Order: sequence, then C-alpha cells, then structure tokens
Amino acid sequence: MTTTVNLRVNGKPTKLTVDDPDMPLLLALRNDLDLHGARFGCGLAQCGACTVHVDGEAVRSCSFPLSAAAGKSVTTLEGLGTERKPHPLQKAFIDEQAAQCGYCINGMIMQAAAFLKKTKRPTEEQIKTALADNLCRCGTHLRIVRAVKRASEAMG
Amino acid sequence: MTRIEFSRRGFLATSGAIVVSFAAAPAAAAMRPPAARPAAEAHFKTVALDQVDGFVAVDAAGNVTIFSGKVDLGTGVRTAITQIAAEELSVPLDRVRVVQGDTALTPDQGITWGSLTIQVGGMQIRQACATARELLVGRAAERLAVAREELTTRNGAVVRRSGGKGVPYAKLIGDRRFETKVDAAAPLKDPASYTVVGRPVRRLDIPGKVTGTFVYVQDFKLRGMLHGRVLRPPALKATLQSVDDGKARRVPGYVATVRKGSFLAAVATSEWAAIKGMMALEPTWSSWAGLPESGKLWEHVRGSRVARDEALQTAGDTAAAMREGGTAKVMSATYDFAIHTHGSIGPSCAVADFTGGRLTVWTASQATHLLRQQLANMLSLKADDIRCVYLEGAGCYGRNAHEDAAADAALLAVELGRPVRVQWSRADEHGWDPKGPPTLIDMRAAVDGGDVVGWESMAFIPDRPKGFAVTLVAAELAGLPKDEAFPGNVHQGLAIPYAFPNIKATARWLAETPLKPSWIRTPGRMQNTFANESFIDECATVAGVDPLDFRRRNLKDARGLEMLERLAKLADWKPRTAARAGDGDVARGRGVAYTKYELVRTYVGIVADVAVDRKTGKIRVERCFVAHDCGQIINPDGLRNQIEGNVVQTVSRTLIEEVTFDRSAVTSIDWATYPILTFPDVPDVVIDLIDRPAEKPWGAGEPTAAVVPAAIANAVFDATGVRLRSVPFRPEKVLAGLRAA
Repeated sequence: MTTTVNLRVNGKPTKLTVDDPDMPLLLALRNDLDLHGARFGCGLAQCGACTVHVDGEAVRSCSFPLSAAAGKSVTTLEGLGTERKPHPLQKAFIDEQAAQCGYCINGMIMQAAAFLKKTKRPTEEQIKTALADNLCRCGTHLRIVRAVKRASEAMG
Repeated sequence: MTRIEFSRRGFLATSGAIVVSFAAAPAAAAMRPPAARPAAEAHFKTVALDQVDGFVAVDAAGNVTIFSGKVDLGTGVRTAITQIAAEELSVPLDRVRVVQGDTALTPDQGITWGSLTIQVGGMQIRQACATARELLVGRAAERLAVAREELTTRNGAVVRRSGGKGVPYAKLIGDRRFETKVDAAAPLKDPASYTVVGRPVRRLDIPGKVTGTFVYVQDFKLRGMLHGRVLRPPALKATLQSVDDGKARRVPGYVATVRKGSFLAAVATSEWAAIKGMMALEPTWSSWAGLPESGKLWEHVRGSRVARDEALQTAGDTAAAMREGGTAKVMSATYDFAIHTHGSIGPSCAVADFTGGRLTVWTASQATHLLRQQLANMLSLKADDIRCVYLEGAGCYGRNAHEDAAADAALLAVELGRPVRVQWSRADEHGWDPKGPPTLIDMRAAVDGGDVVGWESMAFIPDRPKGFAVTLVAAELAGLPKDEAFPGNVHQGLAIPYAFPNIKATARWLAETPLKPSWIRTPGRMQNTFANESFIDECATVAGVDPLDFRRRNLKDARGLEMLERLAKLADWKPRTAARAGDGDVARGRGVAYTKYELVRTYVGIVADVAVDRKTGKIRVERCFVAHDCGQIINPDGLRNQIEGNVVQTVSRTLIEEVTFDRSAVTSIDWATYPILTFPDVPDVVIDLIDRPAEKPWGAGEPTAAVVPAAIANAVFDATGVRLRSVPFRPEKVLAGLRAA
C-alpha cells in the first residue's frame, strides 16, 4: 500500500509516493528528492543539522513526519540560494569562512534565516540565544555568530 | 550537479543528482598505462611514495591533479594542500585538484592524525612538486636550447627569466608520466617569493557546504543500493541467542535479515524501511555485565593489571631530590580525565559494493589504507581486491566509527552481493564508537625555595598493541578475524619542556581499559598536559612566583620564550604570586598554560579568563588568548579556524563532557545524556599567530587543545583558591571544592 503526499518543495509542486507517510520529512527530502542540504544528525530533534522551513518556520525534519508537510511549503538549504545566487546568509558564511566540517551548517543557516525574518538587527547575544539549540562540534561558533551578524546587516 | 570522479573503469553507476563518472580528464595522465604494461592491468597509476607520479599528474590542458593520502577531515587541509602544490608548481590555484584517500590512486601517507597532514603529508607533496618542477625546467631547457639557470616557472609554464615566450607544462608533460623518483634534494622555492602559501585563501569546500551541493559520504548513492541498519546488543559483549524477524519481514521494502554470530542487520530497499525493519526485529540476547562500576572508575584504573612501566623522560635522581628531611617541600597531587566520545555531528556512514570478487567501500575513514587491510583481514579477502575511497563525513576528531560503518557495509555487501549503505544512528555513534580512555596521572614535585628540584609523573594509560588499527565492531560481533585496539600515542605530552635538574616521567601501560579505546583529538597530550601544566602552577604557587614567570625561568628555549612574551603582551598579563580568590558571587580569574607539542614541534601558550559562579558552581570561560608558533603558516585564516575550534571544543570537553556507563553498556547515548558546549557558553578567542615563513611548517590541528584544560583549572584557582584536578569541571565538583576550601 502506497500513499501519495502533495507538497511544495523549494517552490515546486511535488508529489511523493511512499510506503509510509509517517517517514521523517528528512528522509523524503534526502532520498526521494535528492536534496541533501538537510543532514541527518541525531534523529531526535536535538542537534538541528536537519533543519528546514515548513511554511516559513524552522522545523527539525528528522522528527517531522512527511504527512505533516502535506499541502505545505517546504524550503531547504538548496531553495534558499545557490553558489551563483547565494542568500545573504550563505554569502556571509562564505565571507566569514564559517565552517569546518560543515555538517551542522545547514541547520545554522536555516535556523538563522527563520530568526532573521523576525529579528532584523539582532545583537550577538540574541544570535547566540537563537542558535542555542543548534550543535556544532568543530567549534566554529564564533564564525557562525559573525556570519549571522554580517548577514543581518546586509539584509538591512 | 555534483560530480564525483573515479578512475577504475566499468564499475560505477549513477543515481539521482550524484553522478559517478570515470577517468576524468585531470587524472587521465595518471591512468594511462605505460607502454611496457598490458592495458588490461587494473591499476595503472602508481601509488608509490617515492615516485612523482604517485602524487602529481598534469593533463593535456595543463590542469594538475594532486593525489593525497592525507584527507580533509573538515579542517581545511584540501585547500592548504592545493596552496602548497600550486605554489611549488607555479600554477594558478584553480588549475589544481586534489584526490584524497583513494587506495587505488593515492600513496599511503599514513593515517590523517597527529597534526601531521601539513607537516609530513604536505611536505611529501611539496617535494614531489619541486621534483616535477625541476624536471619540467630541464625539459624546457633542452627544448629551448638554453641553460636551465635562464629559466623559471610561472603560471603553469616554464619561462625565460629575461621574458619572452615560455613553454606550457601541458606541452612538456601533458597526459604523460614523469617516470622519476621524488628527489629529496630538489630545490624548494624560496619562501620569500611565495604568492599563494601564507595567504588566507578561501576554503574550496565552503561554497558547496553552505548551499547543499557538497557531497558527504552520507550523500553518496549507487544505483540499486540497499540500506542496512545494524541492531546492536543491549550489552557490549552480549551474544545473540535467537532472532524472530517475522514482523520485520512484513515491512514493505524489507529485503533480508543478515545474521552472522552476534552481528544482526536489517536490510531494505529504502532507508526508512531498514529503520522500521530493524526496530521490528525481535532478538534474544545473552546478558553481560562486565564493565566496572562507574562510581569506582578511578579505583578500577589504578588497580588495573599493569603490562609494563616505561620511562619516558629521566634526568638526575628524583628519589634523592625528594628524600625526606631535606630542605625541599615535597608535594603530590593526582589528576584524572574522564572518558570522552568523539561526538561527530553526523553519525558514521559508508557504502560498499562487492562485485566480481572485488570490494569497493566509500568511507569517511581517516585511514583508508589501514581500513583496506582491516577489511581484508576481517573478510578473508586480498587487500589488492579491496578499494577504499575517501569521501568527507562530519568531523571525526580522531578514530570515531567511520571505519566501523565501513565494516558493517562491507560485511552486508559481501553477504548479499548488492551495494549496501549503512548509516549509524545517534545511539550507535555515542554508544559504540571507541572512546578516549580514562586517564589517571600521579604527580610529585620537590620545591626548594623558588625552584623545582624534583619532578615525577606517572600516567595510567591503556597499552598499545603493535598496529595502529582499532577493532572493528562488525568483526567483534560477527566473530571474524580482528585487530586489537590501539588507543593512540597517549603517552605523548607527559615529558615536560622545563629544565628541572631531576625528572622522572613514567607511562604505566595498563593491560585493560573499560571501553574500547581510540584516539580523540590531542590524545594523551591533552590529559598529560592538563596534569603537567596544572601541577607546574601548583609548584609556582608554593614557590611564590608568578606562574607565567615561573614557566619562563625554567625554559631554555628561545622560541618558547618568545612565544610566552607575545602571549603576555596579547593577554596583558599582570604578574601575581597568589590566587586572587575574590569572595563575590561571581569570582573571576585567569590562568596560563604552555606546551611545546611532543617537545619537538608547535609551541602554544594560552591565557584563559574565567568567571566562577560561587552559588551554582558553574564555570564560564569568557575569553582565551592564544599565542601560536607552528613555523611556516600555509593559510593563516585556516589556522585561526583550527585554533578557535580547538579552544571551543576543548572548553566543552573540559567543563562538561563525560561518557557514562552502567555494568553493561554506555548510557550517554545522545546529546541530552552527553551534552556539549552551546552558543551562549562559547568563549571569545583572541589569537596571535607567529609566522616563520623560512621554517618548516608544523601541525596545528591539535596542539592548542593540549593547553586548554590546565589554563581553565589554573584560572579557577586564581578566581577561587580551589584546585580542580578532575575533568570535567562540572558544577558539583566546583561546589565541593568551594565547600572544602
């Protein structure tokens, strides 16, 4: 028995036929749609590596069932911008060289993008609080904070 | 679209957005069989460490491919190696590609560990490039009928110093082999002429990583690939008695249950079906409770069977110096350092394919050549029939579980004859990756007036088997041939840089340690330097000397002294001879620590500023000042990134991290039970880089981490008068110290 789920992904109407609509949205994005910007980190909504936007809100796609995204609009790191046309956050992360292994960076950018929509000119402390539940193991935090600050200034 | 290029023909397939293609242009020269050899030979390219062709190929368009056995573990060394090669060969950065850690293509330059990638691996590549450059200049001299002294290299060509038309490399060597040995005497470029090395070149991988196009091993796919999940026993050494997979088989997409000894895996056509299938398996395991009581860990370590004692450093006669009744004050202290896990943000993953008796594994292993040998042993295959191909994973900071995931995938691929991807869960990674072993260190010193006249240390550390391998989990569970676990060179860092008259540093090698050990960033050096640099601070206090000055007056090393001078200036160090020990709710202090890494390379000094909340016992590291001398700097921004990461990660390890376990298994199996430092608690890091372009480049991936724990402990002493000698410095330990003070 398969089920069909309709949603928008990075602006495109998308139809997914799956065995189990309760599968995590993360696996649908990565395996069925080959969008691997969102990353599997813990499967427990603890680290943030899998963050995407659902109707503009940052969600942890490892713990968000595909069925809950039905009829909604999902944006992934790939939908935010590209190397040629980067989102101001992506550009700022490059300018600040804010990555080491880079595995957590999807979550940092997606969480920050949702945050900056609501908080236009955040202080460093506000940025740190906004990213407090996103884990980085390489210790790139200082650069990440600088990148988010830089992006917020570029976004005006 | 992302391309991953491979050179062995007729093998790989495509899937989705990731295209695997063959014999890509830049590597073509390396692939072409020499005339004397049959074209059918599988491996055309030499991987010999002493051949230029092992490391360098130039194609017909003049593009350069560098073959590096050392791999980028997220530290930026791909960019740094590109810089080294571009500089030495005089080619633009964007004409250089680096192929990493592919056993069929890259020389075995050893494990990517120990802060040796630039220092050793990069220098092998630099010398190969210098040899290539010499050969190219010689050929151009012949072709142009001029003396080679009249020629130089620029922009991918050999050109006349006097100007005029040159000869591009492509014409001299394009798509052909160098056929020459690496010449250790080939002259290197004068660092004064560098235009690429020493510059903060932007990392080549970051644009792809921030836009979602970068391909990690977790993203790699083969057509027809299955997904495997391994169900591990609830106790580390429990054995599988039986399994009922009736429910698992009803999961749509379920393909097979693979059982081999106590290795139990669910395999399905999709990742979700593999997960659901694994969860639906109903195994019966034996019970096992062979771990020591965690509350008595240090008694256990102290009481473990001793394999041997090894003198690491001796000078004079410490027994005489510490004899009772003398004028010296003899002091002693014991330090302990908890078990740590690597904590990679992305759990380990690998893809394996077994076709026609040949096994190929795509892996984020920091040691593809060693992994190939381990897989050969485990599966009774010939190493020549195995190819391990490196793809970046999440940062591993040492030997985490990438190799274990590779062994899982390899075992399943061989069993099923189909390509299999194995992704570890968070609980797998935290529960089953090998651990940084618990370390206990006894210290004694005799202080006479203002001087240390005797110094003794003994580190209780797990013994080292002969090889560098770490036992593969799959081999253990399946009862297949396996290696013993190497814990890393955990004795390093116990010997001290100070010129005391009487010194005895001893490694007490233990025959056992509770959890399977391996190396985690700065193995041994972190633990041993914590004890050394904390205890030297205790000695300074007893001697009544400022701790920074105390270090200076016992150092005879000009570079070390210069580094400490720069550190004192950077941090605006104010000399003091006793702890400030303020009595407000929040007590502030600063501490210093120093190392010369392994006594032979990188110098690092640190000053940490801390705030201790006397009510909660929480330590906040507010700021760290780091002075760093690793000789020639290849990429200053990459170096800063590494130093910042070393500080932040080690503050985390020092303040909060500790693997917990019950009698059967690890119980810190996620980020709630094994928390790490988060944004609000991250310190500022202020860095002074000492660049010495004319010197050799040394490693920078680990040394800074060595000095962080002691600097924090010493700062807490300054703030409160309390000595913390047990990592992690959790609030309960701080409160206990404050109560006892």
